[in-house]
Amino acid sequence: MLRYLLKRLFFMVPMIFGITLISFTVIHLVPGEPGVLDSEMNPKVTKQVRERIRAFYGLDKPLHVQYWMWLKRVVKLDFGTSFAPDRRPVIDKIKERLPVTILINLLSMALIFLVGIPIGIYCARYKDSILDKVLTSFVFAGYAAPTFWIALLLMMFFGVYLELLPISGIKSFNFSELSFFGKTIDVAKHLILPVCISGFGGLAGISRYMKNSLLEVLRQEYITTAYAKGLPESMVLKKHALRNALLPVITILGLSIPGLIGGSVIFESIFSIPGMGQLFYMSVMARDYPTIMGILVIGAFLTLLGNLIADISYALADPRIRIG
Amino acid sequence: MLSRQSLIFILLAFLFFGCSQQKGTTSYDDPGKPAYGDMIVMASIGEASNLIPLLSTDSASHEISGLVYNGLVKYDKDLNIVGDLAKSWEISKDGLSITFRLKKDVRWHDGKPFTAHDVLYTYKVTVDPRTPTAYAADFQLVKKAEVLDDYTFRVTYNKPFAPALISWATAIMPKHLLEGKDITTSPLIRKPVGTGPFVFKEWVPGDRIILTANKDYFEGRPYIDRYMMRIIPDSATMFLELKHYGIDMMGLAPLQFLKQTEYPRFKQEYNKFKYLAFNYTYLGFNLKHGPFKDKRVRQAISYAINKKEIIDGILLGLGEEATGPFTPNMWAYNGNVKRYRYSKEKALALLKEAGYEKGPDDMLKKNGSPFEFTILVNQGNTVRIQCAELIQRRLSEIGITVKIRVLEWASLINEFIDKRNFEAVILGWSINPEPDPYDIWHSSKQGLKELNFISFENKEVDELIIKARHTFDRAKRERYYGRFQEIIAEEAPYAFLFYPYATVAVHKRFKGIEPAAAGLMYNFIKWYVPENQRRYKADAALSP
Repeated sequence: MLRYLLKRLFFMVPMIFGITLISFTVIHLVPGEPGVLDSEMNPKVTKQVRERIRAFYGLDKPLHVQYWMWLKRVVKLDFGTSFAPDRRPVIDKIKERLPVTILINLLSMALIFLVGIPIGIYCARYKDSILDKVLTSFVFAGYAAPTFWIALLLMMFFGVYLELLPISGIKSFNFSELSFFGKTIDVAKHLILPVCISGFGGLAGISRYMKNSLLEVLRQEYITTAYAKGLPESMVLKKHALRNALLPVITILGLSIPGLIGGSVIFESIFSIPGMGQLFYMSVMARDYPTIMGILVIGAFLTLLGNLIADISYALADPRIRIG
Repeated sequence: MLSRQSLIFILLAFLFFGCSQQKGTTSYDDPGKPAYGDMIVMASIGEASNLIPLLSTDSASHEISGLVYNGLVKYDKDLNIVGDLAKSWEISKDGLSITFRLKKDVRWHDGKPFTAHDVLYTYKVTVDPRTPTAYAADFQLVKKAEVLDDYTFRVTYNKPFAPALISWATAIMPKHLLEGKDITTSPLIRKPVGTGPFVFKEWVPGDRIILTANKDYFEGRPYIDRYMMRIIPDSATMFLELKHYGIDMMGLAPLQFLKQTEYPRFKQEYNKFKYLAFNYTYLGFNLKHGPFKDKRVRQAISYAINKKEIIDGILLGLGEEATGPFTPNMWAYNGNVKRYRYSKEKALALLKEAGYEKGPDDMLKKNGSPFEFTILVNQGNTVRIQCAELIQRRLSEIGITVKIRVLEWASLINEFIDKRNFEAVILGWSINPEPDPYDIWHSSKQGLKELNFISFENKEVDELIIKARHTFDRAKRERYYGRFQEIIAEEAPYAFLFYPYATVAVHKRFKGIEPAAAGLMYNFIKWYVPENQRRYKADAALSP
């Protein structure tokens, strides 16, 4: 197992290197440059000013030199300073944004598992029943409908029409005056819609996996044997089928980590949540190369880590993989 | 698992807290008396980037720094130039130098007095080649800047330069906090210290920026105690927040202004304002491209576009027909220029004169080749895309085939406009009340990244622009610019489409708002909320 782990870790290095090289090139191929993007078509920005700003950001050097300089810094875990005019260290910007993104994603992951798995189990157990069909179509409709559209509908209904939930942001204006309990309720109220929205898309996948996996297990001979022994249905389901059916579903947990930051871009922008997704979106719009690269490297690392966790769980469950 | 009872309890708790948010019971019709207090909540699509205005180009940063800093001069409600930090100024007889006499009772937010040395420092740091600023151009024309005494500052130019005076509306920076340091890494980028009506208080990245009233402001303490700018990157969310009373003021799209806010509850809570904005939208022709070299073709297209239909159909009436590069609320505007009222017949006659004949398929042809061209538009701007569609339809009626290509902003500018790789484009210019059209219309401004990208050349226009630029005599400038607009109208290098209205909703509890040529915010320090209509407590929205 240790050899397998080391081998996997070793292969992660060239992978990250490759990802950064491609990302760096692609980002620099996009038209528009930092610093002067807002002032495109501004009469006051002369050619000399543009040259001056280019030199200031080091964009006058050839691309491979820029990449080499970037790589030398990143190896020392220094993501550099942002090209946004605030010139703050990229790592500081990411640090202050990361917690809220992780919180929302953990909550939505919990929602996906707490709601998706029971739906999957129900649909497998009562396959082809009316409720199975209704649930499946509902979950898939949610998966297919654009996130921003559902988000706006819910904001309009719960926020403007019912005035039950806040529309955007993460805290109310009077947050500092609230008691601890009040603060918790306040943040919880702000999180309901974003968490539901970010979780909704994942429900379809998980419930489908759960249903198919359970159906697969229920067809196995040992389940037939269990029934033949006269065990009650709930016992067969709980003791024999579920445990085995859950295994592949749990590995999906590892695989869903990388999607977190990508998915955050949409709902953090819609709900004005100051998280990583919003930072990424704004950095791309401002062509803030160091911040974009910083987020991408962390994203790439999380992707590979997610894959590794998934593979390890598989390996733990199935010895054939460990040996191969 | 939660029990059924606890689930019901949680739901009830949310209902209870939700209901406690109900607003809208106060009547805001009573004008009340001016009183200090309350907070105004604004929203911005993008986050401010840098609160040293010299270093930022985005509107969110400038909106905030505009309240924190002062210039030497500013525009008043009728767009006259008046003193801000300057008490008065003299322009020398030869027009070469301006001597500013500064106000003596002004202090920086940290308590240090403001002097002429701060102005000199601001000038020096702006023209310093190490400062990555977009605003050096006007100051590079300065020959000499000098401090005569603590409260007198003189600046001398090589040639009289008419836009010079208003260029000193630039934000003056505190010398005592910046001199000898690298401005690009200064803490003032995040925590500005100015002389303005509002003092910087807090910046929660990605979320909000808060300013508080400067109690010692030299023009008097602002009535509104606090100013908050929230970052709401999605415009649909921003509109929902306005309807939910999460923000107090917002610019509205025509449909929002006329239809989506026309319900009693909204009218009870918000005032809506409408005034001519300082910008115009146009269809610009590449004058180096075959058919557009001919003035008659350009004029024909201007006749063939129904501007009224564009304003009524797309802006829902919230705009005026454009006649040239100045807006009607500017002193330099000349309304008596050639107008192109919609006329298919005139268009066809001009095209015939230019050698275009209708073929058997009803399409215009010259020497056998059909008349067709592509209009470029930037993505995300629905108004411009819809304009392109209406123009396409109108031109197809006279036999011209128009294709529309929608491009992302940066690629439109970098790949097509800068490389002159376009036939026609729909864009808009935001303009300044100071009318100098040098950068857009002078023939010398056709280089890479310069703004005369349609390649307009006209000797008389060049002369008029230069003459107007080098005199301070308003009457003379008006004459020069009047003629300039006549030539532009005749030459039709752009088909001028419309001047849009700015349409804004402001919460009714704010009193003292007087829409004027300068917009709404020029007298912001005089806005107030009567005591009985106040919404926010003194320390609302601040972090603990």
